[in-house]
This record gives sequence, C-alpha cells and structure tokens, in this order.
Amino acid sequence: MRKRFLSTLALAGVAAFALTACSSDGGETDSSEMAAGDTAGDTVTVGFAQTGSESGWRSANTESMKAAFSEENGFELVFNAADNDTAAQIAAVRSFINQGVDAIVIAPIVEDGWDDVLQEAADAGIPVILEDRTVSASDDLYAAWVGLDFEAEGVKAGEWAAAEYGDTETKMVVLEGTTGSAPANDRATGFDSAIEGTMIEKIDSQTGDFTRDGGKTVMEGFLQKYGVDGIDLVYAHNDDMALGAIEAIEAAGAVPGEDIKIISIDAVHDGMQALVDGQINYIVECNPLLGDLAAGLVTDVLAGNDVEKTVYVEDQAFDQAAAEAALPDRAY
Amino acid sequence: MNAIMKSRLVWPASALILLILVNTIARPQFIKITVRDGELYGALIDILRNSAPLMLVALGMTIVIATRGIDLSVGAIMAVSGAVALTIIDGSGDPGNLATVLIAVVVALLVSLVLGAWNGLLVSVFGIQPIIATLVLMLAGRGVALLITGGFITTVNSEPFSFIATGYLVALPFAFLISIAAIVAISVIERRTALGVLTEAVGINPEASRLAGVRSRGIIWSAYAVSGVLAGLAGVVYASNIRAADANAAGLFIELYAILAVVLGGTSLNGGKFSLAGTVIGVLIIQTLESTILFLGVPSAQSPVFFAIVVVVVVVAQSSRLRSDLTKLFRRTGAAPAPAQDREKAEVAS
Repeated sequence: MRKRFLSTLALAGVAAFALTACSSDGGETDSSEMAAGDTAGDTVTVGFAQTGSESGWRSANTESMKAAFSEENGFELVFNAADNDTAAQIAAVRSFINQGVDAIVIAPIVEDGWDDVLQEAADAGIPVILEDRTVSASDDLYAAWVGLDFEAEGVKAGEWAAAEYGDTETKMVVLEGTTGSAPANDRATGFDSAIEGTMIEKIDSQTGDFTRDGGKTVMEGFLQKYGVDGIDLVYAHNDDMALGAIEAIEAAGAVPGEDIKIISIDAVHDGMQALVDGQINYIVECNPLLGDLAAGLVTDVLAGNDVEKTVYVEDQAFDQAAAEAALPDRAY
Repeated sequence: MNAIMKSRLVWPASALILLILVNTIARPQFIKITVRDGELYGALIDILRNSAPLMLVALGMTIVIATRGIDLSVGAIMAVSGAVALTIIDGSGDPGNLATVLIAVVVALLVSLVLGAWNGLLVSVFGIQPIIATLVLMLAGRGVALLITGGFITTVNSEPFSFIATGYLVALPFAFLISIAAIVAISVIERRTALGVLTEAVGINPEASRLAGVRSRGIIWSAYAVSGVLAGLAGVVYASNIRAADANAAGLFIELYAILAVVLGGTSLNGGKFSLAGTVIGVLIIQTLESTILFLGVPSAQSPVFFAIVVVVVVVAQSSRLRSDLTKLFRRTGAAPAPAQDREKAEVAS
C-alpha cells in the first residue's frame, strides 16, 4: 500500500510537472535573464531541498533547477536530495538556515510538519519558495509557491475536444489516472466541465493507473465492449496510457488518430513522437522545467518586490504541427 | 457425480464459469470469437493473452508455496528482466534483428535465474524465512531495474520482440502458447517424475523428508530458481506487450495476485499438496474478473471493492470446513446427504 502510495505520488508529481512546464518556456527565460541582470556582481546563495530522484520527471525538474540557479545567472546553489525521507528533508532545510543562505527553495515531500522549520527560516529572515507540492503550514511562513494546475490541463484538453468534435455525435471513453490521485481527479473535472453541452458523450471511464500496461488492457476491454465503431475518441489522463491505447487500437485492426482520435496530457518524448506520427491528435503538456520560474521568484523576493503567492505554470498544448516543430528541441 | 463434487477444482471452476456467464449476459459479445486475418479475436482471447504474465508467475509461485515458502520478489524480477532485455535491444544497432532479440531474452532470463537462485540460496542454505529473504529482492530489485533504465521508460520498435506478446501462431496468441508451454513443462516435470511428490514431502514436513533421504535443500533451491526464471519470462512478455520497459509499473503487486491465484486454485499456503490445474483456473478467474469490471462498467473507485467481494465469496465457498458444516446440517435435516470432505480440511481457509 505504501509502495502504491509512493508511486502514485511520484506519478502525480511527474504529471503535475509536465503540465506546469508548458507555459513557462517563454516567461521563464525572461525572468531568469532578469534575475541575472538584477544580481550582477553579487552572488545569491540558494539552498534547494529536492524530494529525491524517484522518477524521470523529477530528474528533469532537478536538472532544470540546477540550470536556472547556475553561476552564470548569479546564483550559488546548495543542492540536497532527500530520497523521499521527510526527516532528512527538514534537516536539510535546517542546515541551509544554519549556513545562512540567502533564500531557500523546497519541493516538500509531504504537506505536514513544516511549521517549525519554516518559522525558523522566517526568524532568520530567509525567504522560502515552495515548488511543485504545497504545505499545510500558514502561508505567512513562505514567500510564494510555484506549481501546476491539473484542472486547467483538463480544461485545455476538453476545450480542444469541444472545438474539434463538439458539433458531431462523438462517443468518448476515458482512461483515468490512479484512482483518487490529484491529477486524475482534477484532469477529469476540468475536461468534463469543458465539454459540457457539446455532443461529446462520455460512454465509459476506467482507471489505467497511469501506466502503459493499464492503458492497453483497459482500452482492449473498451474495444471488446463497444467495438471499434462504437468509440470515436479517447481521453487519456497521461501519455503512457495513451501509448498503451494506441497498441490496443492497432491490435483491434483500427488506425489510432484516425478511426479513433486520442487526446492526452503530459507531452513526454514518446507521446510527442506518437503525436508527430499522427497516432495521437492533441497533447496538453506537463513540464518539469520549473527552474527559471523559481529563480525569478527568488530574485523578486530578495529585491523586495511583491510576488504572487500562488504561481500556476500555464500549460502549453500541441497539435500535430506544433509537435513536429517542438520535438527536436525538447529537453526531456 | 460424487467424484466431480469431491474434486477440489469444482469450486474455482464453477466460479470461473459463473463469471463468464455473468459477462455474457451483461454483454453477449463477450463470448463472441471472430476470425480476423486468420487470427482469433475476442474478449476471451484477450483474457487468455493478457493472463500470460500472471500465469507464468503463479506457476512458479505454486511450486515455491508447495515447499512451504513464498516468493515476494517476482514483480521486481519482472521489472529487472524487462529492463535488461530492452536495454540490450535499445543499445544494439539493429533492434529488428531476430538474433539481437534472442540474445536479449536469453540474457534477461539468465539474470532472472541468478536472482531466483539468490532467493533460493538465502532460504535453503542460510535458512532465512522465505518472506524476509524474498522481501530483500522485492524492495531492491525495482531499484536495480530503475538504475538499468536510468529512471526513464525505455521504448523500442522491434518487430520480433513485439511478437512475443502480440504475435499469433496457428491462429492463437503467441503469449498464450508460452503459457501453455510453461504449464505443460511444469506439469510433466512435477507430475510425471517423482519431483512433485518430493516437493510436497518437503512442504509437509521438511525434517521428516530429510530423514527419509529427500535432498530438501536442492528441491527448495530449485523451486526459487524456477520461480525466478518464470518471473523473468513474464517480465519479457510484459515488456513486449507495451514495447517498453516500465521499471516502476512492471509486475507491481503481481506477487500478491499470484498468491491469490494459487490460493483460489486450492493450494494451501501451509505447503505440501499443490494443484497446478487449480492455479491455472485461479489465474483465469483473476483475469476474467478484471474484464468483468470493465464489461459491467464498475466505476474505478468501486472496482477494488467489487474485486474483493468476488474473491471473498469464492474463497469462502471453497472452505472445506464450511462445506462439511453445511453437509452436517443437511444430514441432520435429512436432506441431500453428501460425503464429508474432512481430508481437505482448512485447505484454503488460510
């Protein structure tokens, strides 16, 4: 159970990051350049307490943070990965305070238990920026949070579906993420609200646990249940399940992306490749590259500027043409 | 009639038939099998094909459980095996080459054999409790698999490799034929030689069988090695099915489903007598149950509860204590006398 919980967290985190990163490409670059300008000649020491390295998404997130808080940008980064051990992460933050860093960035492993150490940071006058996950402590204790909006991702995917297929009778099946996880719940809610009142009808929905195998097995079941002609559209809560569904649709003798359209969320490399190949029709991105946004927030907070308490990373989305243009330059 | 009723397979088999009936009533196309391009296609065929990984793992688990052991590491071995095979294919210049694929599969199976033998070493030579000995690999193995794939999902496009899980031979899915081959091989080895009886002897009383001259150490060791190889093969089939090595998800919780299949098939976790046919039926029950959830449209949030209820009903129906109590009750009231089945008492209750 614990293992499943952890993997769900990891998946959720991955998905969340993937979503967030889409919009940040342009904005992030600007802010990091600004940061470099503001702090020219004066190195800012930043402590970053990462959760660990549990997934590919997390690895890409770490790389992004290291790149944004680089020496060229005027930062000195003290990096700590806590291997998903909450006590170790709190100890790391405490050691950042003792070292007297200028600012602290935390990707909290869990929500609870942060009050004391955040208070210590506040007493020491060190601003704290949270990324990805949130904490239950009072929001006076940290300067800002930057992360993902799963519901907006669902809305974005749903709006495209409504625009493309909303006028004709469309039978849709949904491959849900892990039952009860935030990305699964919010992506479903957002999508459903966006297609309300259109002619898209959700005929079935079942969890594929965010995995390729799950997506394939569930899609095979749907195809047996409704037949190839009984399904027009698949909405998958992540790319891996969409990739599994592609296999199932091909095995059933249909052409994915044509006979049955596919909409997905994440934009991992394999998913983007499938989009370019025409097997997926639309992907809303979930991007782990939060580093530049976090660096911009740190710079603003240290300069005494007012910042938004909650910064959602806006989602980018790709159709086939956009994917073809974007694929060669993608970092993950 | 009595002979049939006495068989311990009658309960799991009727549960399986009942599940198929329920599905067919809910959606008649469940039972329909069509021929497409000379290949059989249908929900039942999907069940046979998709059951291959669990079937392989559960067969190994049956042998291990018969020796009074348990193997929790099978899911992790699946992940390692898939990661090894895909990394080799991905790293080679020619993923579509049959020889490359064969080498990759053989290496993956050898690695799995080593992992299984490691479990066997811990249990049979060092005398560590099986649950602890295999827990080590269950926790560490997935980490090794993640290390091999670098934390990413390795994807390959290799026709010969995809064939393992998605190909057809003589109108039947190749993955299903792999299951059949494994079932036949294990049955012949265990039932046509003395090995099966010796395995049961070791499981019933290791000390007595040692005194009787049975080399229990070798038998236990080989049981874990076989379980490892079968789990490795399951990992290859799993990876082939999605053309990717998903170290986080491959074989996750499969050890628990395999144990469930073994128990549903009427083999006692206390070791000793085991039923390979029962395990096969147990696996098919679990796989059909997953299709049932889809076909009946049970919402995701409720599906674990639905799954649990069906499993509880089957296990309780199998309980020989419950059956003999019912029989006594019938006898007392003078209705439908049936022979008591004390011999198999408490077989499944655990």
